[in-house]
Amino acid sequence: MTLRAALATVVAAVALGAGALTPARAERLIVSVSNHRVTVTPNYSGEELVLFGSVERDDKTPARTGNYDLVVTVSGPRADLVTRRKERRFGIWINTDSRQFLQVPAYLAVFANRPIDAIAPPDLARRQQLGLNNVLLTQRVGTDYADVVATDPFRSAFVRLRTEHGLYREATSAVTFLTPTLFRTGIPLPAEVPIGTYDIEIKLFADGALVAKSETAFDIVKVGFEQFIANAARNHGFIYGVLTAAMALMTGWMASVVFRRD
Amino acid sequence: MQLYLPIADIPVNVFLILAMGAAVGFVSGMFGIGGGFLMTPLLIFVGIAPAVAVASVASHIAASSFSGALSYWRRRAIDPTLALVLLSGGIVGTALGVFVFTLLRNLGQLDLLIALSYVILLSTVGGLMFWEGLRAMLRIRRGENIPLRRSGSHGWIHGLPLKMRFKRSKIYLSVIPIVVTGLVIGFIGAVMGIGGSFILIPIMIYWLRIPTSTVIGTSMVLTLVTMVFATLLHAVTNHLVDAVLALILMVGGVTGAQFGARAGQKIRGEHLRLLLGLLILAVGIRFAIELVIRPEDLFTIRETGGAG
Repeated sequence: MTLRAALATVVAAVALGAGALTPARAERLIVSVSNHRVTVTPNYSGEELVLFGSVERDDKTPARTGNYDLVVTVSGPRADLVTRRKERRFGIWINTDSRQFLQVPAYLAVFANRPIDAIAPPDLARRQQLGLNNVLLTQRVGTDYADVVATDPFRSAFVRLRTEHGLYREATSAVTFLTPTLFRTGIPLPAEVPIGTYDIEIKLFADGALVAKSETAFDIVKVGFEQFIANAARNHGFIYGVLTAAMALMTGWMASVVFRRD
Repeated sequence: MQLYLPIADIPVNVFLILAMGAAVGFVSGMFGIGGGFLMTPLLIFVGIAPAVAVASVASHIAASSFSGALSYWRRRAIDPTLALVLLSGGIVGTALGVFVFTLLRNLGQLDLLIALSYVILLSTVGGLMFWEGLRAMLRIRRGENIPLRRSGSHGWIHGLPLKMRFKRSKIYLSVIPIVVTGLVIGFIGAVMGIGGSFILIPIMIYWLRIPTSTVIGTSMVLTLVTMVFATLLHAVTNHLVDAVLALILMVGGVTGAQFGARAGQKIRGEHLRLLLGLLILAVGIRFAIELVIRPEDLFTIRETGGAG
């Protein structure tokens, strides 16, 4: 009897301990993007997607003192890019110095509901790569591969030039909370959009700490005629070249027939 | 009307490209040149990647020079033997040019080389042409006879061995300077992404002293073959020929070329040379200014491996 009682106590203790060890259930993010497959058709000239979602809570979720903060990072297909700097040599401006950016997103957009530095402390923002200043942009520095400080002239010029083309953007008031837990943001895509898979990372913050994150993605694809031409050019270069040359000769011949005067 | 280009990956206004093709076509028909030195910078200005522009312009020049060559052929204004000899040098030159192009691109100074060669070549050729046209005009105004530029024409070129008779051009000339000319033009064309006839025509007229009647038609044949070759090469190696862009350019170009050719026949030879000289000079100066003036932005971004 005593043994059974002891056993029951142990079981109860274990159960209690287990219960205490289970962390309070954090928030869950449920997100969706308005279109998971953007098709580039002959009349494509930019588009805007909408990302919307909600913060799910239950009774075990700890109470938060402040409002939620949200940072959405959209990164497009990766590419190697080189940034060159011109300098005056012998009276003319020539490219002298250059830095290579390795496997950096061809499209990068950061959306938040308020400035990044108000959402998270600098070290957390750096760790979580929040904002264009904190996203990792790997450079080849000599034989090393590393990111540099945000004020580095090459890095800032790179970000500035990409921003001018609408390929990089940071909008810290783009995310709007419709209710304290329901949010939406627009994702503008420029006309010169790179084709490929776009990853969306959504991070939820409360009181300066990361409480939940979620991921989703969308694709930008060429369809129909565009896809056919692009595939032909890539996979059957020789035939494509012969056909283009033949097309050139046909056009030239037709013009000489149409406009023939003698 | 906006249209998305499948290889250049940007939307463009069809009518703008069509108009650009027609304008350059008009100029090329008027002067009997390909017009690549005008078309390529224009396309880059609209926002098309330089490598795609160079590759697609090659097929556009092929179309307009074929249309031109056909009408010259009907008028028996092409010397087939001369064209073949030029081509033998031209093909080798093009291959060499593509090789050097790749080499320089790896060294990262291709942009500078292209800009410098544009400045030097265009200003020299344009300046000479302009000066020559101006002198001829003044001479006519003063009522002087235009001296037949035959005096002393039997220079060292005519003393070279391996002479050959070119029946239609009615000349008897060594093949060496012709092959060398083809080689140089093919090389320059491949490196600079131009047809090169604006250099070839003066060389043929003033240096080789080939009669004007067969010069333009024959140079068009050289341009046609080297540009078809270049289109194939670009399609196979870089996959950067945009067929849709090329088609729009061609349609505009061949139409413009017909009207240009008609306009060209109404203008006197020395006026034509003066105008062409001015045009070439203007493009050369534009490139020079770009090199000398402090650029608005010192930084540029390029995709590595993609654009030249």
